[in-house]
Amino acid sequence: MKNPNIYKPYLMRIQKITDEAPGVKTFRLVFENEEEGNRFDFKAGQFGEYSVFNEGECTFCIASSPTRKGYIECTFREAGRVTGALANLEEGQTIGFRGPYGNIFPIEEWKGKSLLFIAGGIALPPMRCVIWNCLDLRDWFKDVTILYGARTVADLVYKQELDEWAKRPDVKLVTTVDPGGETPDWKGEIGFVPTVLERMEPKSENTVAIVCGPPIMIKFTFPVLTKLGFPPGDVFTTLENRMKCGIGKCGRCNVGKYFVCKDGPVFTFTQLKDLPPEY
Amino acid sequence: MIEKKSINKNALIELFKKLRSQQWRIIAPVKTGEQITFREITDGADILEDYIQTTQSPKGVVFPPVEELFRYNIKKEGVELSEKENTVVPTLVFGLRPCDAAGIAPLNAVFIWDYKDSQFEERLANTYYMPISCSKTDESCFCTSVGGNPGDTRGSDILLTKLSTGEYLAEIITEKGKKIADLGTGLFGPEPTEAKEKNLAVVDRRFDAKELEQKLKTLFNNKIWLQQSLRCIGCGACAFVCPTCVCFDIQDEGRGNKGKRLRCWDSCGFSLFTLHTSGHNPREVQSQRWRQRVMHKFSYQPDRLQVVGCVGCGRCSRACPVDMNLSEHLTRIMEVQP
Repeated sequence: MKNPNIYKPYLMRIQKITDEAPGVKTFRLVFENEEEGNRFDFKAGQFGEYSVFNEGECTFCIASSPTRKGYIECTFREAGRVTGALANLEEGQTIGFRGPYGNIFPIEEWKGKSLLFIAGGIALPPMRCVIWNCLDLRDWFKDVTILYGARTVADLVYKQELDEWAKRPDVKLVTTVDPGGETPDWKGEIGFVPTVLERMEPKSENTVAIVCGPPIMIKFTFPVLTKLGFPPGDVFTTLENRMKCGIGKCGRCNVGKYFVCKDGPVFTFTQLKDLPPEY
Repeated sequence: MIEKKSINKNALIELFKKLRSQQWRIIAPVKTGEQITFREITDGADILEDYIQTTQSPKGVVFPPVEELFRYNIKKEGVELSEKENTVVPTLVFGLRPCDAAGIAPLNAVFIWDYKDSQFEERLANTYYMPISCSKTDESCFCTSVGGNPGDTRGSDILLTKLSTGEYLAEIITEKGKKIADLGTGLFGPEPTEAKEKNLAVVDRRFDAKELEQKLKTLFNNKIWLQQSLRCIGCGACAFVCPTCVCFDIQDEGRGNKGKRLRCWDSCGFSLFTLHTSGHNPREVQSQRWRQRVMHKFSYQPDRLQVVGCVGCGRCSRACPVDMNLSEHLTRIMEVQP
């Protein structure tokens, strides 16, 4: 039998659009073909290729948790041709989706440990998937700490969920904005994520750190985690190289002998140290 | 077991006629102006023999430069997707060089590892390769450095070698080759007495691909990449003539509410290849992109897919507008002290 066309996307209907921050939206997507939706399964950390027909495809993580069935969500910032076209769409319209692709966060291996999530800016979405996944399995883990920073208060995404996490007794949430990004009534921290992390002095014993943010934030966060005693194998991140196919063929996300789309996007700091710095 | 027979030019022309009468396509090198390119031929009379290498490789037969993946139709009630009806016909690629036939393996490795690219698979399954061994060579050729040779049978279904008598030795290598031989019953003669080897060009070995693979592991931060690529203008010609380059782009081309999603050849030598929307570019400068080209073909791909991403056809060196010669550069790389 002929193999299926691996470039043909699922058709997804935009069920709900949420404005998260200036230029940032979340789409809740449902499968137009119910059968495809029932068969569809993914794990935290995976991504997809989202397409606006006539404009092309772009790559984002799946931002909703696999424990929440019946839909997927993606959060994107309007930045280029495809995201610009996505931002112009309305509820009820159709987009294409290919996925899920890539490897996963090894959540099962984290059982019995404490979790430290560190995210910056528009990189909370890939982390939101794994945060909700872990919170839905809350009794698997000890302490759960979330450090999230953005340039300004307006740029913080998922504000409603931040409130929800802040109210939960079983989650420690620290939010921060860059100096100058605060508002008069801002109650959170002021400072860059690595600085705030250093001030927080989180325990590294039996703790896994999951870091996601712009390259510059990652660059300055890793040394802090090392100083705090986190072994590099217990620090996870997700890379976001440019991709087209998402399935290890088009060559774009190739870093050393690895493909971010196949061998990642989730990597440990130990693995990153072995990669050429081309991400 | 390779079966050896002979065939002469007239019998080849008859064979093509027979295949065409059964709705086969015959693709062969044709002279178009200054270039020698692969085109569908309707007559065997203009079989070209006197050339070292074609300008373009026959890669496009199985991996077209621009290829439709599917069509879309945007309607009020939603979007409709449709796929092209199957139009793949049996195709004989004739008169390519053994290096180009060897170049099928690296293409195949990328398209079928993990996710299977059904369009590529289907085309390859219906494509038959009948190369002619090389009796001539030039300074750009280096097949022997990357595991090939002028009479290499890898990737060939039937390999022809021209003998001093004017007829061809026909080595029938695969089941597909056998199928062609069966379709041409009566056209092939007995095995000729003349030895194949004395009719082959001699291509000097300049380096060893296995040693190069090991060497490259130590050179990521070497200044040789900058030195070698200073003249590179990032035009991508090397990738577009390469029989083994696979990198591609996916683009939509539409008018109004209808259009196609296309796959197009691309090149790691272009600055846009890796550019993020944010403006960040993991391979910002040309030297990094030149390093990627060499590393990917001679280190990453052998490591990952157990196949060297180069067959030594020399086209990139011939096509380069600024005279970057791949085998010269690779030879220099072997001499570098890490």
